[in-house]
Amino acid sequence: MIQAFALLLAFQLAGETLRVALHLPVPGPVLGMALLLLWLIFRGGPGDDLRHTSGNLLQHLSLMFVPAGTGVMLHVGRLADEAWPIAIALVVSTVLGLAATGLTLHVLTRQRRETSR
Amino acid sequence: MNTESMTEIWVYLSAQPLLWLTLTLAAYLLAIALHRKAGGHPAVNPVLLSVTILVVLLSLTGTPYQRYFDGAQFVHFLLGPTTVALAIPLHSQLKRLVAMGGPLLVALVVGSLTAGLSAYVIGALLGASAPTVASLAPKSVTTPIAMGVAERLGGLASLTAVFVILTGIFGAIFAAGLLRRLGVKDEASVGFAMGLASHGIGTARAFQLSEQTGAFAALAMGLNGLFTALTLPWLLPLLAPLVRP
Repeated sequence: MIQAFALLLAFQLAGETLRVALHLPVPGPVLGMALLLLWLIFRGGPGDDLRHTSGNLLQHLSLMFVPAGTGVMLHVGRLADEAWPIAIALVVSTVLGLAATGLTLHVLTRQRRETSR
Repeated sequence: MNTESMTEIWVYLSAQPLLWLTLTLAAYLLAIALHRKAGGHPAVNPVLLSVTILVVLLSLTGTPYQRYFDGAQFVHFLLGPTTVALAIPLHSQLKRLVAMGGPLLVALVVGSLTAGLSAYVIGALLGASAPTVASLAPKSVTTPIAMGVAERLGGLASLTAVFVILTGIFGAIFAAGLLRRLGVKDEASVGFAMGLASHGIGTARAFQLSEQTGAFAALAMGLNGLFTALTLPWLLPLLAPLVRP
């Protein structure tokens, strides 16, 4: 477990280094994810330890958002002042984004799904 | 034990990272238990419940957010290595992802522009202030990218983080039902839409549906982060004069 965790941190560190060195607009962990994916392709897949540790972490992905989410209490004033524009913009744009993405992919891959059946 | 010594213990503990770290995990475990009890119903969202419990606790005890975060930052830190770990489900779905490369890229461009630009335009037309609108635009992308993009657009990083999380919770609760109503039921399309429109929280929900749904969500989250970081900072200034005369 510690080995796998060290590996994940090492890839995050590599991603962070890459971001700072090349002034990339993407955060270090996302670059680290891309680098680890390349390494997995090269190695032919993760070992049991890495698969197990990653599975455990990903199972509790929700937990990792709780500390930042609690920061909502810092913005109660602004959220109350502009509640309606914020709520409508947030809900409508997310629904539109979901529908546009889902429908586009669904329609574009329909033929493939039907031929594979 | 008298009240005075209880107050003393509280004053000591509430200043330690240990207390708020423990309470963060406890709130999450309680939220997970309630989520299970509700049969995994998406409305009983673990993030929403945990945040609610903690905000109530912090308000009742008059604890400032910064002191809370001194403890909770250890959990926050795990977001980094966990994001890296998303490479493992991506790798196991790699064949399907590559085979669908073209359609995935088209869906990425259509979905990303729709989610980002519509948030900006709707917010502006409804009269939200300029920093609020700039903070709303990147709300579908993962927190660190969204905060960076918002700052370049004149938004507030911490307000953006709140919008990102509200969007994620909304997506996690409603996405699957909404897509089903539109006739979109295949795992690839559902997952990709959830990850694109509601980033990591949507991805966490997608993994509850199936590993395949989760892998497509993780891919969409990464791609949308990249695409938004590259396009929104120069697209929005072009759009601004049209909605704000």
